[in-house]
Amino acid sequence: MKFRAKIVDAACLNHFTRVSNMIAKLAKTCTLRISPEKLNFILCDRLVGGGVSMWCELEQENFFSEFQMEGVSAENNAIYLELTSENLSRALKTAQNARTLKIKLTNKHFPCLTVSVELLSMSTSSRIVTHDIPLKVIPRKLWKDFQQPSVPDADVSIYLPVLKTLKSVVEKMKNISNHLVIEANLNGELNLKIETDLVCVTTHFKDLGNPPLASDDASRDRDPAEMAEVHVDIRKLLQFLAGQQTW
Amino acid sequence: MKSFLSIFRSLVMLEKTVEKCCISLNDRSSCLVVQLHCKYGVRKTHNLSFQDCECLQAVFNPASCPHVLRAPARILGEAVLPFPPALAEVTLGIGRGRRVILRSYQEEEAGAQVPPVPGPTDSTVKAMMTEMSIGEEDFQQLQAPEGIAITFCLKEFRGLLSFAESANLPVSIHFDAPGRPAIFTLEDSLLDGHFVLATLLELDPHSQDLGSSQLHRPVPQLQGHSTPHQDDFANDDIDSYMIAMETTVSSEGLRVLPSVTLTPGPQRHCGPGPHSEEEDNDEAEPGPVPGTPPPKKFRSMFFGSILDPIHSPQGPSPVLAEDSDGEG
Repeated sequence: MKFRAKIVDAACLNHFTRVSNMIAKLAKTCTLRISPEKLNFILCDRLVGGGVSMWCELEQENFFSEFQMEGVSAENNAIYLELTSENLSRALKTAQNARTLKIKLTNKHFPCLTVSVELLSMSTSSRIVTHDIPLKVIPRKLWKDFQQPSVPDADVSIYLPVLKTLKSVVEKMKNISNHLVIEANLNGELNLKIETDLVCVTTHFKDLGNPPLASDDASRDRDPAEMAEVHVDIRKLLQFLAGQQTW
Repeated sequence: MKSFLSIFRSLVMLEKTVEKCCISLNDRSSCLVVQLHCKYGVRKTHNLSFQDCECLQAVFNPASCPHVLRAPARILGEAVLPFPPALAEVTLGIGRGRRVILRSYQEEEAGAQVPPVPGPTDSTVKAMMTEMSIGEEDFQQLQAPEGIAITFCLKEFRGLLSFAESANLPVSIHFDAPGRPAIFTLEDSLLDGHFVLATLLELDPHSQDLGSSQLHRPVPQLQGHSTPHQDDFANDDIDSYMIAMETTVSSEGLRVLPSVTLTPGPQRHCGPGPHSEEEDNDEAEPGPVPGTPPPKKFRSMFFGSILDPIHSPQGPSPVLAEDSDGEG
C-alpha cells in the first residue's frame, strides 16, 4: 500500500484545510478512503448517537499537484484508513503559510500519515514541519461499511438560507426544545418549528429557491405549496451547522 | 508570585498613576510591603506575608557547556508554534545537514522500541508526533555536533520564549550531554537572565534518533531566582537593591537568602565584586531599551543577593540540576 500526494497551490491548501476542519468538528475519528481518482472522508456514527453519517468526496486532481497511490491489491485498488480527525486538522493548521504540503503513508513503528509542510520563511533557509498522524488500516472485510450512502428520492428539495443565519436561529431554539421540525415546499419556503407545552416558535424563510427537478422526478406532480416535514434532533443539526465554515 | 504579580496587574493603570514604588521587608510581621505612591497623594500599601523556606542552589555555568546555539527569540517562538499546547516535553537537537530539529517527545512505555503488537490497543489513540526543522542560517550561533539532542519541558521553554520575544532578545541555549542541565540565557545591556532546565537522561546508548531516549523521571527544573524583570531602571533616590544573577564557577553558585533586608545607604551593590555579574546601576539613567516600556521611576528588585563570602552559609551542598535518584 502506498500513498503520496502534494499540494502546492495556496488556494487548494486552504480549501483542503477547511474540509479537514469541518470533519474535525463533526466527529472524533473518521475514515479516509484513498482511490486513484478520489479522496473520501467518511463518518459513520451509526451505532453511536443515533446515526449521523457523512460522506465527503474530493476529486484529487482539484487539490493535489501530485497524487500517487497503490491500493491493497490490483482488484481492490483503494486504501481505507481510520484516524483522529483533529490530528489532521491540527497538522494542516500549521500549513497556513506553506510553500508546499506533502502527505504520505509511512510506517514508523506503526502506520502513520506523514504530513510534511515546507514553510515560507523570511530568511533564506526553509523551515519544515513534519507531523506523523497515527492511523489504523481498515481491513478489506470491513470496506462494505464505508460505501457511498444512497440518498433516497426526495419529496422536496430546497436551497438552504445562509447557514450562519440558520445556525443562530437553531442555537436559540436549542434552549427550548430538543426536537425541531423542518418543513419545506417547492415554492422556496422553509419553516423551522419547535413546540413545547408552553410555547411554539416558528421561523419562516421565504424565496429560497428550489433545485431544478429531474425529468423523471416523482415530485413533479406535487402541489408546490404543500409542505414536507421532518423531525430532527436539534443537537445533531447544530453539530452539522457548527462544522460548516463560512465559505 | 501570584499575589505579588496581582499588585502590578494593570500596566496601564501603573503607568498613569504610580509615581514611585517602595518595596521593603517588615521582619516583625513577616511581610513584604509593597507601597505604590500614586498621584494626588494616594498611597496603596500591600502586605504580602511570606515564609522562610529552603531553596535549592543550582550550580551551573554556561561557559562549561560545550554546545551552544543562539537565535532571535522570534525564530524559536515560531518554532514551537506547531506543537500542541498540551505537549509536555520537547526534544531539541542537531540533525543532518546542520539543521536544528525540535521534536515532540512522547513518553514511551517500556519496550516501545519494538513495533507494538497489533491487537486490541487502538493505535489511533497514540499521539501525533510533530517535528520542526530549521536551517542553520536562522541561527546566530550554532556550536554543536550533529546527532546531539536534549529533551526538556516545553511549557517552561515557551514561558521564557514569550518573555524573550516581548523584550526582543536573542536566546542562547547552552547545553551538554542529555541529563546535564540546559541553560537558556537572555542578555542585554540591562539584564541577564539564566533559566536552567533539567534534561532527560538518555539511558539507551544506541538510540540514534533525536529524542528516542527512554523515560527517566525528569527533575523538577531549577529556575533559580534569576527570572529577570523587563522593567527599566531609573536611578538614584532609592534604597539599594540586589539582583540575583549567576555566579561564576568558583563560587558556590546562586545564593538565595530566604529573607532579604534592604539597607538604605549608598547606592552600590552589596556583593563580592569578582564573583557576581550584576547590572551596572551606576550609570546614568539608561535610555529606553527597545521592546521595553519607557523608563519608569521605580525599580524592581530580584529576590536574591550576592553574598559576601564572609557571610556565606556554612558548606552549602551544591545540588546539580538532576534527578536525585540518578547519578550526577
